[in-house]
Amino acid sequence: MKMTDMNTSPAGAQAGRRFGDVILDLQNISLRFGGVKALTDISFNIREHEVRAIIGPNGAGKSSMLNVINGVYHPQEGKILFRGQERKKMEPHMAAQQGIARTFQNIALFKGMSVLDNIMTGRNLKMKSNIFQQALWIGPALREEIAHREKVEEIVDFLEIQHIRKTPVGALPYGLQKRVDLGRALAMEPQILLLDEPMAGMNVEEKQDMCRFILDISDQFGTTIVLIEHDMGVVMDISDRVVVLDYGKKIGDGTPDEVRNNQDVINAYLGSGH
Amino acid sequence: MGFFIETMLGGLMTGMLYSLVALGFVLIFKASGVFNFAQGAMVLVAALAMARFSEWSNAALGGDSLFLANVIGIIGAGAVMFLVAWAVERFVLRKLVNQEGATLLMVTLGIAYVLEGLGQTFFGSEIYSINVGMPKDPVIMFEGLVEGGVMINKEDFIAAALAAVLVGGLTIFFQKTAIGRALRAVADDHQAAQSVGIPLNKTWVIVWCVAGLVALVAGIIWGSKMGVQFSIVTVALRALPVVILGGLTSVPGAIVGGLIIGVGEKLSEVYLGPFVGGGIEIWFAYVMALIVLLFRPQGLFGEKIINRV
Repeated sequence: MKMTDMNTSPAGAQAGRRFGDVILDLQNISLRFGGVKALTDISFNIREHEVRAIIGPNGAGKSSMLNVINGVYHPQEGKILFRGQERKKMEPHMAAQQGIARTFQNIALFKGMSVLDNIMTGRNLKMKSNIFQQALWIGPALREEIAHREKVEEIVDFLEIQHIRKTPVGALPYGLQKRVDLGRALAMEPQILLLDEPMAGMNVEEKQDMCRFILDISDQFGTTIVLIEHDMGVVMDISDRVVVLDYGKKIGDGTPDEVRNNQDVINAYLGSGH
Repeated sequence: MGFFIETMLGGLMTGMLYSLVALGFVLIFKASGVFNFAQGAMVLVAALAMARFSEWSNAALGGDSLFLANVIGIIGAGAVMFLVAWAVERFVLRKLVNQEGATLLMVTLGIAYVLEGLGQTFFGSEIYSINVGMPKDPVIMFEGLVEGGVMINKEDFIAAALAAVLVGGLTIFFQKTAIGRALRAVADDHQAAQSVGIPLNKTWVIVWCVAGLVALVAGIIWGSKMGVQFSIVTVALRALPVVILGGLTSVPGAIVGGLIIGVGEKLSEVYLGPFVGGGIEIWFAYVMALIVLLFRPQGLFGEKIINRV
């Protein structure tokens, strides 16, 4: 289904991806931890197929926002509409079932497992065989395992990590671990992909690779991408729309150009004295 | 020479029992990062349930079919272990997601006492026997090799084979199946596991069930060898140094560790005991664990440095 939505040519995609309907609508979200206000009355929406960035200085509430979308935190106020339906209080694994995948700021891979096994965990939800078939490793379970393994190999090819397929992820350099993290999320064939600082701590070359992967995911699979990132150059280059947070409040929302010229945003980043 | 081998084989057998209990420790630690002090109590409960259910059904059947009574006993005990797994997840672990390792450790101590109490309340606190028809008669082997041959119990062979099957099966289950992968994933990182859609609650029930079944196997072998009584709990604590020796995350480590400790304590008791007045058997395992901790904190086969206990 996702594939058929993608009939834009790569060139056309660069000129402007065709956005679909609003897939996720966040309305007046407030989140508190005890007396600390992490998010205050934040509203914005995410359209299908777009690359949506959330930016802001340290402690602005970007990761909290992502965790709200992902079901880790439950906001005290506000509504979240998923495809027009109000979403009930949910746990992260339910978000995963709805087609929301994520990567982590501080890589959270399964360190003892190989790259392939890590990405295979992303297919877990798609496996239908029951526990007894799996325990005995017979019939449907084995066929399923092979089918999913093929899909995983496609992702491995896509992310250009063939040479490290069998390596335990704990032994990989940081940049590659980030890529495996992305691969695991991709294996879920998500509708919405949440990326928490996908380029943090990378060198220029690794950043370029990661940018290329993100844009390719958007172009080839039509996946909606929500991205937190500190590198302004990257954000302005690859996102379609940007929402800016500061001290848990929304101070800007729009295309990269609009946001760049927003006085509040400039003040937040450079200090109002400048 | 024959005596030496007999002592060693005796040690291997005891070690096998330690291994089976240790296996339960390792499974739960691998899949939830919880160091489960209640594993010994689980063995006791499983053995008690098995002994009593088969006793009751045997009486109900008029003593006609021991086999049927044992089957009912195993099913009954299995059901009890499932109930334990479900209750532990529902009433204890669910409330403690993302808590410190030490908190979870303390809570399993509590679970151990509850299980011991409840188990004896429901099933009684006498000494019971389990008779699954294991042959008790010894065989003499290697008569051509050593003078007088070596005496071995047939039941020890069966127990060893059972343990080997269990270990092989569990290794495949953990390494090759989707559920095994999910279990390892949960152990590594709760948050990341949830983000790919693995429900923590269900996973925990599954792993405690598997640990419960391992406890049942250990309980049956142990019970049929030495009777079911409360002292199983204390002997099960011997599995603690075994997992430290073998490595907390390693299934083969639990087996090798158990065998080393079993053999070590028997041999040292027999050959060193007379010089120090005996009693080595009681502390040998703990001293071994201490030495291993000094030089190789992750154990012989452990994956990584222990940081949760």
